[in-house]
Amino acid sequence: MGLLARRNLFHDKVRFAVTLTGIVFALVLIIIQFGLFLGFTTTTSNNIDHSNADVWIVFHGVGYFDTGRTFSERKFYQVLATPGVAEAEKYMQAFARWQRPDGRIENIQIIGVRPGSSMGQPWDVVSGSASALKEEDAILVDELYREKLGVQKIGDRVEIGGHRARVAGFTRGIRSFTTSPFVYASFKNSLDYTNPTSSEGDVGYILVKAATGVSVEELKKNLNVRLTDVDIYTTAEFSAKTRFYWMFTTGAGLAVLTAALMGLVVGVAVVAQTIYAATMDHIREYGTLKAMGATNSYLYRVLIEQAVWSAVLGYALAMIVAHFIVASSEKGGAVILMPLEMKLGMFVLAIFMCVVAAMVSINKVTRLDPAMVFRG
Amino acid sequence: MRIGAVIRTKGIGKVYGEGTAAFRALSDVDLEISSGELTLLMGPSGSGKTTLLSILGCILRASGGSLEILGERADQLAEGELPRIRRETIGFVFQGFNLFPALTALENVALALDVRGLRRADAEKRAAELIREVGLADKSDSYPEDLSGGQKQRVAIARALAGDPPIVLADEPTAALDSTSGKNVIELLRRLAHEHGRAVVMVTHDPRVLSYGDRIIHLEDGRIVREENGAEQMESAFAVAG
Repeated sequence: MGLLARRNLFHDKVRFAVTLTGIVFALVLIIIQFGLFLGFTTTTSNNIDHSNADVWIVFHGVGYFDTGRTFSERKFYQVLATPGVAEAEKYMQAFARWQRPDGRIENIQIIGVRPGSSMGQPWDVVSGSASALKEEDAILVDELYREKLGVQKIGDRVEIGGHRARVAGFTRGIRSFTTSPFVYASFKNSLDYTNPTSSEGDVGYILVKAATGVSVEELKKNLNVRLTDVDIYTTAEFSAKTRFYWMFTTGAGLAVLTAALMGLVVGVAVVAQTIYAATMDHIREYGTLKAMGATNSYLYRVLIEQAVWSAVLGYALAMIVAHFIVASSEKGGAVILMPLEMKLGMFVLAIFMCVVAAMVSINKVTRLDPAMVFRG
Repeated sequence: MRIGAVIRTKGIGKVYGEGTAAFRALSDVDLEISSGELTLLMGPSGSGKTTLLSILGCILRASGGSLEILGERADQLAEGELPRIRRETIGFVFQGFNLFPALTALENVALALDVRGLRRADAEKRAAELIREVGLADKSDSYPEDLSGGQKQRVAIARALAGDPPIVLADEPTAALDSTSGKNVIELLRRLAHEHGRAVVMVTHDPRVLSYGDRIIHLEDGRIVREENGAEQMESAFAVAG
């Protein structure tokens, strides 16, 4: 039985190549679409997820990261005086105008952080260092946006909001979901670059870390008692709110999600058609097996073993192809993510799709016109 | 060497389709097939030969009548029981050989034993014996595409014998063969009947094989219209020629 399953699969190499190509195409399509969706989703909340904070305090009504609104610095001191707070940091996010060395203007998002803080720092710094933000006019940009921002190396000078700035380092893979790249500066400099004119104050967000032994929920409760006119979220909550906003409130996320679902449908259809066609190629042989007295369960086992072999080999090849695509996406504007959970999920999906497709063709096999085996 | 009836049919009929589209392929077929005999089923296209063979092989259910195989009422068995009857009592030989192209000659025969649940090593040992019996020991590792028509059919016969069935049903096994290969195959089938006591039923159009049949049953429009033994058939053939 096992021999027949394997031999049937490998005997006709062209047929086998077509089957594998179909499965690989389907799996890679699904991986790309869902990887893009995951990549977009993760990108929207990257700064929150990497903040190392337990709690984010935002102006009342601010629903997502990219629309930070400033409030009074007094709140910051109220936070520091709240029981259960181990650390608090002022954090700024605001849009600003970036003037490239060649004079062209680009929009950016300034992220203002206190250099040396344990929260809100840029990550994956590949040249220079985050601590360089202490230096006068220092900024960190992501190497993905070198071209767009017109800077190539440490020391390049630009203007942000009419103030001088100097590239002190580059990060890797800190993408913006909007068209405005993130640029890191010290909190103090970020105020100059963004010129907050709001009379309400000059703090965009307050990041808080809970003291040892204090739960995040307890900390939230304490902060809620003390603060007014702000919303207090755990990092996970604010991350989820931001992701939800971009993914489901704007058309962009829905488009990516729809494409991912379409990828799944097309992928399933391709695999089903491929496995079905491969089975139908051997339909006469299955008829012969039936005539020889093979039970339906024997036929099921042959077909399912073939389907599992196809799925495993197709999956292995798809993973190789997908790894190249994922690696190359890291250098582009839209990252494709393929976490371990997705790899495992794709394996289960590959087996499931192939076996279900085989089951569909099994129906055809078990209802064979018996006269067929007697035709020449 | 007629030993005893292994297949008995009474009033077997088969209707395909329903209502105005219904087509009667077989009507009132009463038949006894005995061990040790080579029985030929003859008739024009559409006369019901293959339908009858399918019913005798428990591949197709009759619309009416009774079918007894080795004393067991096959027509009364549940659908799930029929594969057992086929495995235990019947070997099939097909016009188109129906060998598995991905398997060698030996593996094709061993597969029939795998279906019967034999361990692989035992199956291959028995398959090698059968391949030797049909005179293809030197071709056991060849794939079907590397065998001639006659060799393929001999592998198919070895496969049909794998389960040591008392009944062998063959559908035009010589139709795709040249005269020498055809002769070898029909002689092999006759030997199975005469020397091994099997009941061999063979559908054929081939006049070259008439002389080998112990019984010749003529079908027309789904009915048995005439039955004669091999000698009678030869006499009538000579009378026409004379």
